Amino acid sequence: MTFSESYRDPELVTKTIQRIHKVTTQSWVIMEICGGQTHALMQHGFDELLPHAIELVHGPGCPVCVTPLELIDKGIAIAQQPDVIFTSYGDMLRVPGSEKDLFSVRAAGGKVKVVYSPIEALQIARNNPDKQVVFFAIGFETTAPANALSVIKAKELNLHNYSMLVSQVRVPPAIRAILSDPNNRVQGFLAAGHVCSVMGYHEYIPLAQKFHVPMAVTGFEPLDLALGILETVRALEKGTSEVVNAYPRGVIQDGNRSAQDIITQVYESCDQKWRGIGTIPDSGWKLNTGYADFDAENRFDVGKIHTRESEICISGLILQGRKKPFECPAFGTLCTPENPLGATMVSSEGTCAAYYRYHRGKK
Amino acid sequence: MCLGVPGKIIKIYDENSIRMSDVDFNGVTMRVCLETTPQAKVGDYVIVHAGFAINLLEENEALETLAMLDEINKLGEEQE
Repeated sequence: MTFSESYRDPELVTKTIQRIHKVTTQSWVIMEICGGQTHALMQHGFDELLPHAIELVHGPGCPVCVTPLELIDKGIAIAQQPDVIFTSYGDMLRVPGSEKDLFSVRAAGGKVKVVYSPIEALQIARNNPDKQVVFFAIGFETTAPANALSVIKAKELNLHNYSMLVSQVRVPPAIRAILSDPNNRVQGFLAAGHVCSVMGYHEYIPLAQKFHVPMAVTGFEPLDLALGILETVRALEKGTSEVVNAYPRGVIQDGNRSAQDIITQVYESCDQKWRGIGTIPDSGWKLNTGYADFDAENRFDVGKIHTRESEICISGLILQGRKKPFECPAFGTLCTPENPLGATMVSSEGTCAAYYRYHRGKK
Repeated sequence: MCLGVPGKIIKIYDENSIRMSDVDFNGVTMRVCLETTPQAKVGDYVIVHAGFAINLLEENEALETLAMLDEINKLGEEQE
């Protein structure tokens, strides 16, 4: 059994939320890193069910939101070239570039294909030997093994018409950056369950200790979320800075070693630019020299990119948890999921999209 | 960011030298790559993200968490 039903049991969830009310004696600010969790928390009404003393702030864990604008513009330029099939996870197509998005490239006749997995992109490359197939390899640690495996297989299969445009980001350096900010308000974290499923959570333990913030590795069902918040609040109330695994059915401390081996075979650490936030040291992965031939940035010359961000959109502040969507004058008026000004309104993991979808306005 | 959906492996096969499987998600079958979980067997439950099984779902741990929560909640009621 997958336990999804048990972990959605309303009675157990209600009881666990009641426990959170009992153990909370003062105000706490907790950040969920993962955008999928932001949506789940809103969908299940956690922000309204939790004690008023607990403020949830939403982190930068939305991969399409943090993919740098330059890279999106590059992707758009590559997708417009003849003899290119540009493949991408679906969410990426509506993210605004400086001038247009990938959807409009497709509407104008460009070959832009949505794939569910890079394995599909690889298959497209095998089936179209006369085309260059590019995969937009974005994401956090969860997509890294899949993306990495596709170039390992491309190399094994001698697929010279396959390459990746890479924006691969990591959570722990982002947590470090958030906690190092002098204006930081976050006192505890929900660590993203599936990132830890791949990477484990040993990297979080020294961070929690250094900055004196507790963290709970948290899953995605309502009961998982309630348990993660309960563990974080308990630690905050006790004044400890431990990392608790509140999602043991999906996570062990060392993570998935096979997946990590695939990542290290292909990628090396790099400083990475996060859209709306800036460059965070050692927060990304790029293809190592053994796989540099598969880097679309080396393969395609698209000339100089001149980026232009929306002047109105505050998605950078949203991604850092410093503003809430309803504090943006464009929210729900100029900026909607149909006409997004920024990536946080596009993505199924973006904070603005969550607030819009679940009707969270100013209290 | 990374929604992973649990499903059950019903068939494992090799496709173009890639270890693939059919995974059942409550009646919907999808093709899932098992290269990142080489230990997975037919009948195992896996967490799937972007067409890859990122890890196995640990059944014993799932039951233990539920039992522990039950304890916490009973304890809470007794204290009232």
